Amino acid sequence: MKKEQQIDLYYQMVLIRRLEERGAELYQQGKIGGFMHLYIGQEAVSTGLIAAREPRDRVITAYRDHGVALNCGISANEVMAELLGKATGMSKGKGGSMHMADTSKNMWGGHAIVGGHLPIASGFAIGDQYAGNDNITICMFGDGATNIGYFHEALNIAKTWGLRVLWVCENNQYGMGTAVDRASAVTDIRQKAEGYGMKNGQVDGMDVLKVYDAAKDALDYVRKNSQPYLLEIDTYRFRGHSMGDPERYRKAEEVKKWQENDPIGIFNKQLLEKKVATAKVLDEIEARVEEEIAKAVEFAEASPEPAAEELYSDIYAD
Amino acid sequence: MAKITMREAISQALMEEMDRDPSVFIMGEEVGVWGGTYAVTKGFYDKYGAMRVKDTPIAENAIIGGAIGAAMVGQRPVAELMTINFGFSAMDYIVNQAPKLHYMFGGQFTLPLVIRAVGGGGRQLGATHSQTPDAIFAHFPGLKVVSPGTPEDAKGLLKSAIRSNDPILFIEHATMYQVRGEVPEGEYTIPIGKSKVQREGKDVTIVTYCKGLELSMKAAEELSKEGIEVEVVDLRTLRPLDMEPVIESFKKTNRAVVVEEGWKSYGVGSEIVSRIYEEAFDYVDAPIIRVAQKEVPLPYNRTLEQAALPQVHDITAAVKEVLK
Ligand SMILES: Cc1ncc(C[n+]2csc(CCOP(=O)(O)OP(=O)(O)O)c2C)c(N)n1
Ligand SMILES: [Mg+2]
Repeated sequence: MKKEQQIDLYYQMVLIRRLEERGAELYQQGKIGGFMHLYIGQEAVSTGLIAAREPRDRVITAYRDHGVALNCGISANEVMAELLGKATGMSKGKGGSMHMADTSKNMWGGHAIVGGHLPIASGFAIGDQYAGNDNITICMFGDGATNIGYFHEALNIAKTWGLRVLWVCENNQYGMGTAVDRASAVTDIRQKAEGYGMKNGQVDGMDVLKVYDAAKDALDYVRKNSQPYLLEIDTYRFRGHSMGDPERYRKAEEVKKWQENDPIGIFNKQLLEKKVATAKVLDEIEARVEEEIAKAVEFAEASPEPAAEELYSDIYAD
Repeated sequence: MAKITMREAISQALMEEMDRDPSVFIMGEEVGVWGGTYAVTKGFYDKYGAMRVKDTPIAENAIIGGAIGAAMVGQRPVAELMTINFGFSAMDYIVNQAPKLHYMFGGQFTLPLVIRAVGGGGRQLGATHSQTPDAIFAHFPGLKVVSPGTPEDAKGLLKSAIRSNDPILFIEHATMYQVRGEVPEGEYTIPIGKSKVQREGKDVTIVTYCKGLELSMKAAEELSKEGIEVEVVDLRTLRPLDMEPVIESFKKTNRAVVVEEGWKSYGVGSEIVSRIYEEAFDYVDAPIIRVAQKEVPLPYNRTLEQAALPQVHDITAAVKEVLK
């Protein structure tokens, strides 16, 4: 991968991290409400994955969607505005943290019903197959989502009909407080594809370049063969499931151990060691992100609340 | 009488029934190690162990379908839906299987099953996580639907539900776990299918339940300061519906307002108003008004969300309107 692109991936990861850290503060101050699920610790997953897509490939994910939104090119301003429920958010303040989408960037949403978006992803691929194009739908979901019927129905139809879907399981080891082995009959999630005769793979989700390479290969396979593929990406969320999670289900040492594998720290080291970037360049990225986030918060706070009439807009298209 | 929260009341009911009857067990998402998403089953896992407090995969059909099966073979499962919105993922089991299996097989199967579900808006959780779809579930004969508005009723009704041999959907409200109220000391149950006058008054009858009760009691206090005395009838159970206290009250006041958190169209209020017109038409002095949620999917933005949800001032305004 070209130097500039690597540096850009680093920038994206830092942007996600800092935006969410700021978001957590704003949540504590009561400026953000509802459920907010942080992506901190998992940044390498969507950053590497989405970097590997063609712009025409669609992305759909669950409620842990801030990082995915930023990687797809939605601005920090809009993400922050949506978090604050402002009219300038991409969902006009009506969706909130869990519901970020911008179809012009081929980001088809955060979706809050676990597993519910998987058959919809199959549907995107049905639509694209019908249209005769070779777009791929990249569908991201958690380990917990592989235990609900939606997952199995969606994978089965995708394989049976030869749908171009890249199924991406972000295995962050827990669905809320339930460890994978307490909820899933197999702990290697990729194995679940075998029952559907679907090609599959697994990659370390703390290393953004490994994620990128695995995603590239998987996307190539899907596009060429017109077949789905399940990619399991192993990762860890450093924060609670959502804001206010008492985290009684895991030990502090376990979290600490994973934090030593911080995807941003790992990539920082790689970039320096391989002389892709100097420390100065990486510091400048920090500063640039800092400024961008400050501006986003300013933008969001200064933005208007949705007008009262907005309550009744967009209920129907006709 | 002790004053406890709704959370404590529900928790006590579960614990007392589990202690009383070894066939009672709990299954649902995060009910065990986590202690319940709303902390209702905190401490249960340590006390009763994994066999009686089952942390399930995220698999609503496996939870509700599984609870139906376990009930059919003689256990008394209390299945928990983390929120009622996830019940839609298991809709076939809740409305198309559980309510039919006793009837359709000539009474051979019994389903001593409770589904606890948390409903309601007001927490900025967005359109898919904030619904009050009680009326939909109450549409189905064969299913009983209970939704208490006070800690006393929650505890007594849940205990009855667990002892009942029918499938019962027990709907709690996400914003009411901290509501405090008096509960009797010691053992008691409250029968399912009985409405209750929660406040006496002579001017207007308010018919409501669950969150609507909390709002209506506040409205009643405000109105009382202005010299208007409303009678508040709490349905407590939506199916089977007990209209007797409603009709009795209406015959006294001749005016009514129905308050619910769900949408107005095809809602609980629609049913109550029709029944009043059917059963007490001669006593009607003014058109009955329904106070309910605006007909929109609930938005995330706090101001818009609150604008969509019924408020105390909507109730006071409606009461004054029926008094005109
Ligand atoms: C159908 C349904 N059931 C339950 C929930 C509540 N819930 C939200 S997130 C979650 C855990 C999901 O875990 P996983 O799929 O591993 O994703 P992660 O949060 O780890 O990213 C649960 C149980 C839901 N939103 N939808
Ligand atoms: Mg997970």
